[in-house]
Amino acid sequence: MFNKILIANRGEIALRIIRTCREMSIKTVAVYSTADRESLHIRFADEAVCIGPAPSSTSYLNIPSIMAAAEITNADAIHPGYGFLSENAEFSRVCEENKIKFIGPSPMMINQIGDKATAKETMSNAGVPVVPGSDGLLDTIKEGLKMAHLVGYPIILKATAGGGGKGMRIVNNDSEFKKAWDSAKMEAGAAFGNDGLYLEKFIEEPRHVEIQIVGDGRGNVSHLSERDCSIQRRHQKLVEETPSPVVTKKLRDIMGAAAVKGASAIKYEGVGTIEFLVDKKGDFYFMEMNTRIQVEHPITEQVTNFDLIKEQIKVAAGEKVTGKNYYPKQFAMECRINAEDPAKNFRPSPGKITTLHIPGGLGVRVDSHVYAGYTIPPNYDSMIAKLIVTADSREECIMRMKRALDEFIVEGVKTTIPFHKKLMDDKVFKSGKFTTKFLDDFDFSSL
Amino acid sequence: MKAKEIRDLIDFISKSGLDEVNIETEEFKIAVKKNSVIQVSAEALPVQTGGEPNLELVNSAQTKDQEIPVLAPIEENSKYVDIKSPMIGTFYRAPNPDVDPFVSEGDYVKIGQTVCIIEAMKLFNEIESEVSGKVVKILVDDSSPVEFDQPLYLVDPS
Repeated sequence: MFNKILIANRGEIALRIIRTCREMSIKTVAVYSTADRESLHIRFADEAVCIGPAPSSTSYLNIPSIMAAAEITNADAIHPGYGFLSENAEFSRVCEENKIKFIGPSPMMINQIGDKATAKETMSNAGVPVVPGSDGLLDTIKEGLKMAHLVGYPIILKATAGGGGKGMRIVNNDSEFKKAWDSAKMEAGAAFGNDGLYLEKFIEEPRHVEIQIVGDGRGNVSHLSERDCSIQRRHQKLVEETPSPVVTKKLRDIMGAAAVKGASAIKYEGVGTIEFLVDKKGDFYFMEMNTRIQVEHPITEQVTNFDLIKEQIKVAAGEKVTGKNYYPKQFAMECRINAEDPAKNFRPSPGKITTLHIPGGLGVRVDSHVYAGYTIPPNYDSMIAKLIVTADSREECIMRMKRALDEFIVEGVKTTIPFHKKLMDDKVFKSGKFTTKFLDDFDFSSL
Repeated sequence: MKAKEIRDLIDFISKSGLDEVNIETEEFKIAVKKNSVIQVSAEALPVQTGGEPNLELVNSAQTKDQEIPVLAPIEENSKYVDIKSPMIGTFYRAPNPDVDPFVSEGDYVKIGQTVCIIEAMKLFNEIESEVSGKVVKILVDDSSPVEFDQPLYLVDPS
C-alpha cells in the first residue's frame, strides 16, 4: 500500500481524498497555488507545498511543478482528483517515467478512451450498444449524406475533438445538411484546432444515465449501478440522482452488464464512468467514458455504502476487484451548490463568505471545502459545496433536500441554492419524467 | 513520552511566543494550549511502524503582551527585501558541488545576476535576482527543498 499520496487538486475533492487517506493511514501532501493559501485542504493534509501563482496553467496544470512537489516530499503516488490533469495522458506518462504511481489509467488507455471516435469504436467492438453513426471521420459531404440516410434523420454532426457543445449541429433533412456541415467544421477548427467531423443518429428526448464501474487492470470489473444526470444547464450537471427514475431492475442489469463487458474488454484499471443516452423507448446507447472519479460519486457511495476513493487507491496499489456488483439500497440525490447568481444567468459570484451554516441531520451529507471567513478565489471553478441527501424513497429525498436547502445559509456571496429550492418544488422534476432538455425551458427569472 | 519530556515540552512552550503546540507521531498525540493557564492533553496511540512526527505550531498574534525573543531579529528587518523562489524544487547554491557558490553573505548582487539553481525533474534552472543590493542572509540550506514564493535570500537594497 502507498506510504504517501500527493493530491494534485484543490477544493472539495482534495479534502475528500485526504479524508479517505487518513482512514487508510496513508500520509498526504497537498499542493496549492498562492490563491489557495487559505484553503481548508492544506490545513488537513500532513504536508503542503506551494507550487505556483494563481493561474491554473502555472499551478494545478503545471506538470513539472507537481512532479517537483512529489520529488521533494517523497510521495509514492499521485491522486489527480477530477478535472485538471486527471485525464491527461502526458501526466500519466510522466508519473510512470518517474516511478510515481498515477492513481488512474495508463497513458495509452486515456488516449484510447479520451478520443471520442476511437472510444466509440472500442466499445462497439466489445459489444456495447453505440449510437448508430459513421465509423470514424467523414471525409466529404457526399459521404455524410449517405451515412445520414443509412442511419435515418434526425442526425447530429459532431467534432471528434469536441466538448462543451461546440462543433455540433443537428440536421433534420438533406436541405439543411451543407450549411450545418460548413458551420460545424469552422467552429470545430476554431475551438479545437481539429475540424474532423463524425455523424450520429440524434437521440431525441434523451436522459443521461451513467454506470459507475471499477476495474483492476486484469479484466476484473464490478459495476455500482447507475446515476441519472439529466438535469443539466449548457451541458453542465446541476443535480444528480440514483437510482434513475427510468431504470428498471431489468434495464439496470442489462446496462450494468454492457458497461462491465466494455470495461473488461479493455482491461480497464481504476474507477470509471460509462455514460449512456437512454431514449424514451428505454433503448440505451454508449456516449462516452470518463476515466476518473466524478464529481457526483457521493450519491453512489451513499446508496451502496462503498468508499469509491478507497477502492480507487486499492486498485492502484495492485488489489483485485471482486467482480461483485453493487445495487442501490436507498435513494440519493445531489445538488451542486455553486457561487453563482441564478437570477443573473448564473454569473460567477466570488468573494468572502461571511456567514455559513451547513445543514445536518439524518441522511444529509455535505462535501465542501468552504468555511465562514473564507474568500472564494476567482481563478477556479465556482462549486463551493455538494449537498447529498439519502432516503428510502425519491419523494422523501426531495423533501429532505428541500429541508436541507432551507437550512443551508451562505452569506457574502450569491449561490445557486434558490434555484435548487425552486427545482425541488417543480412538478415535472418531482414526477421524475424529464430529459436533458428540461432546464432549457426552466423559468429562472423568478429567482 | 516520559513525564520529564512532557515537563520539558511545557517549559519550552511557556518560554516561547507560541500559544498552541500539537505533536502527533505514530505512538502518541499531545496538544498543549497556553491561555493564562497551561492546558495539556495527551493520548497514547496504538504503536505502528515508526514515522516522522507531524509537528504543528500555532502562533497566534493577538494575545502578545510580552516580547518574543525568538522573532525579534526578523521584525527589525523590514527595510530588507527578499529574493523569493519562482518555482518549487531543490535549491542549490552552486552550479555543481566542486565549484564556489554563486553568492555568499556579504556579496553584492545586481538585477539579472544568477544567484542559485533550482532543480525540478532533473532540469536545472538558473534563478536570477530581481533586486540589487547586499546579501544579508541566506535563508535556505544547500540541497534543500523549496516551494514557490519561499524567501531564499535577504537583501539590503540601500
